[in-house]
Amino acid sequence: MDLQRKLEILADAAKYDASCASSGAARKDSRGSQGVGSTGGAGICHSYAPDGRCISLLKVLLTNACLYDCHYCINRRSSNVQRARFTPEEVVQLTLDFYKRNYIEGLFLSSGIIQSADHTMELVIEVARKLREEHLFRGYIHLKTIPEASPALIERAGRYADRISINIELPTQAGLTRLAPEKNLARTQAAMGHIHGKIEERLADKRKPEAPKPPPFATGQSTQMLVGADESTDADILQRADALYTGYRLRRVYYSGFSPIPEPSKVLPIKPPPLVREHRLYQADWLLRFYDFKVGEIVTPDAPHLDLALDPKLSWALRNRAQFPADINRAPRETLLRVPGLGARNVDRILAARRHCRLRLVDLLRLRVPMKKVLPFIIAADHTPAHLDLDGDSLRQRFLPPPQQMELSLAGPPPTAADNASVLTGEL
Amino acid sequence: MHTARIKPTLESWREEARALLVRRVPPDAVLWFDASDEPSLFPAESSPPPAAVSPTPRVSAAFMELARTVAAHTDERRWGLLYRLLWRMTHGGERALLNVPTDADVRLAEQWRQAVSRAIHKMHAFVRFRLTGKDEATGREQFVAWFEPEHRIVRLAAPFFEKRFAGMDWSILTPVECAHWDGERLHFTPGVPPSAAPNEDALEDLWRTYFKSIFNPARLKVKMMQQEMPKRYWKNLPEAPLIPELIAASSVRVRTMLATEGLEVKPAPRNAYLESLPRKDHPEP
Ligand code: SF4
Repeated sequence: MDLQRKLEILADAAKYDASCASSGAARKDSRGSQGVGSTGGAGICHSYAPDGRCISLLKVLLTNACLYDCHYCINRRSSNVQRARFTPEEVVQLTLDFYKRNYIEGLFLSSGIIQSADHTMELVIEVARKLREEHLFRGYIHLKTIPEASPALIERAGRYADRISINIELPTQAGLTRLAPEKNLARTQAAMGHIHGKIEERLADKRKPEAPKPPPFATGQSTQMLVGADESTDADILQRADALYTGYRLRRVYYSGFSPIPEPSKVLPIKPPPLVREHRLYQADWLLRFYDFKVGEIVTPDAPHLDLALDPKLSWALRNRAQFPADINRAPRETLLRVPGLGARNVDRILAARRHCRLRLVDLLRLRVPMKKVLPFIIAADHTPAHLDLDGDSLRQRFLPPPQQMELSLAGPPPTAADNASVLTGEL
Repeated sequence: MHTARIKPTLESWREEARALLVRRVPPDAVLWFDASDEPSLFPAESSPPPAAVSPTPRVSAAFMELARTVAAHTDERRWGLLYRLLWRMTHGGERALLNVPTDADVRLAEQWRQAVSRAIHKMHAFVRFRLTGKDEATGREQFVAWFEPEHRIVRLAAPFFEKRFAGMDWSILTPVECAHWDGERLHFTPGVPPSAAPNEDALEDLWRTYFKSIFNPARLKVKMMQQEMPKRYWKNLPEAPLIPELIAASSVRVRTMLATEGLEVKPAPRNAYLESLPRKDHPEP
């Protein structure tokens, strides 16, 4: 099989992993060496596919042959997909060739499980080792690790990688038992705990003034959860994510809406969730990480699913109208962060500006605050919302998106441009 | 009215602004012109400088940092805006002006700074190098790219490429200014026409194969793609010509997947590793 065909198969097999980050690595670059590569900045998206996803890394599988039978996955052993396998040298060469042409930030390598977890892990590590040691490659390397691999191998992977990840796949063991019978939540979390320990250990060593330089280790780990493949509610998903953030300090939890695959399984008939569900989960995730929200405020036992029509911060504000309006000239930061339409950066700008003058609506306009969204919730020097505004039943109606043509019949209400921007900037 | 004709560089503006400030010329009494647009007029006309009436004021490092980025913007009003900010901070008694993000001048400068930063980021992302050869003496590979940046950012964007591609020789050619790295030194030369750049690279077919294969037709989000990869950059991206056909073919591909009959489960093969995994009654952690 020629290289082009292998790349076709093994990139196709890797595309269901949503992770694309190339940020958060330790600062390093190629100056003074004969190699190439640098990391440590914000991460760059070198291209975008028409699915709206950033292409920053060469994301491939070493092989798409797999012993496991995860029913949502095109590579599972029951699938009839054509199998292929890269040699480590081929992946190394492709990475370098693409990198030198500035197509990518680095490599994201994962693999179907062949022979055993340890055997597979060793093959994956060998690619990273060659890149780092034989080619002095200083670009980004993200290695997918297998929870069942031995701790010593996971540690070796972490020596070469900037980021390592293990996919949690589904929020509950019940879901895994049905859809990914070889996978186990407890084993996955144990491996995450091990990685978390290594990352912390390395950081602590670095902080000691006289200690010898600690061996390198990845600076972060992330994971992915599938959305809509099982019956889990958004509450299940967010609770699991929150537990992973607090328990193992994950950099990111990626939510990946289950999407139709060729070679579908009988066990898992395709009912793809609306794309906007995944989008709302990302927004809720931002609220947890940067806006001090608790899972219990975003989803409740009565309403365990996020509102698909409205962003979760706005939904929360509509359920908690008694806490508004907030005075932008007086309210503390925590309160302003909860105003729909005010992102963290604009909140900081407001706090800085109001030390010098009393803020009026025109000031907010200059900050490009979405006025229609904030007006019912704030008081400014020249604005007080009418009481009717906050009490009226029509408030929710006012924010609902107008009915429109769906992009694809299987999509829900598409996210608006403002929604898209908010996912990128984190402004809600 | 005073007319300031400067070369469109921060240094040139800075010199002029310093002289004007010392002579207490207020911002609305100055017209700024880009002298490189009308070379015949430079440097003939320049009003004789009146004697200095106040010492050179000092400004914060934060302002110089802002000015450095804003100066790269192509809006011709940038010099006037920077001088107005400078004036207000020094003679206008608004020392802390930059801390008022809602001020109209500060806000505009901030927006231009963001536009320039974004253009730099996009240049880092969308430059595509093409292999042109190998230096026989040093054994270093040589790469050349053609790029059409938004704003005058070549010098601001170049250090990134030096750090990232230290081990190869490269040139980035643009219509305004070109950057070159030879392993020792980063240097700049005047702009060139696109015909000066190579027009293909053998790897581009593989790159297109990758682009095609990593795309998931079941989640079309064309607007999102265009927002981040504006069309103005497409003509120099080897993968961009594929985009229309990928979009056009996606609905058929999705319909085919949805219509496919589900496959039966294949029992686990005899494999020592699989058999070693505890399979039943996993405890919920
Ligand atoms: S382990 Fe599961 S998810 Fe991973 S490649 Fe194999 S079948 Fe797919």
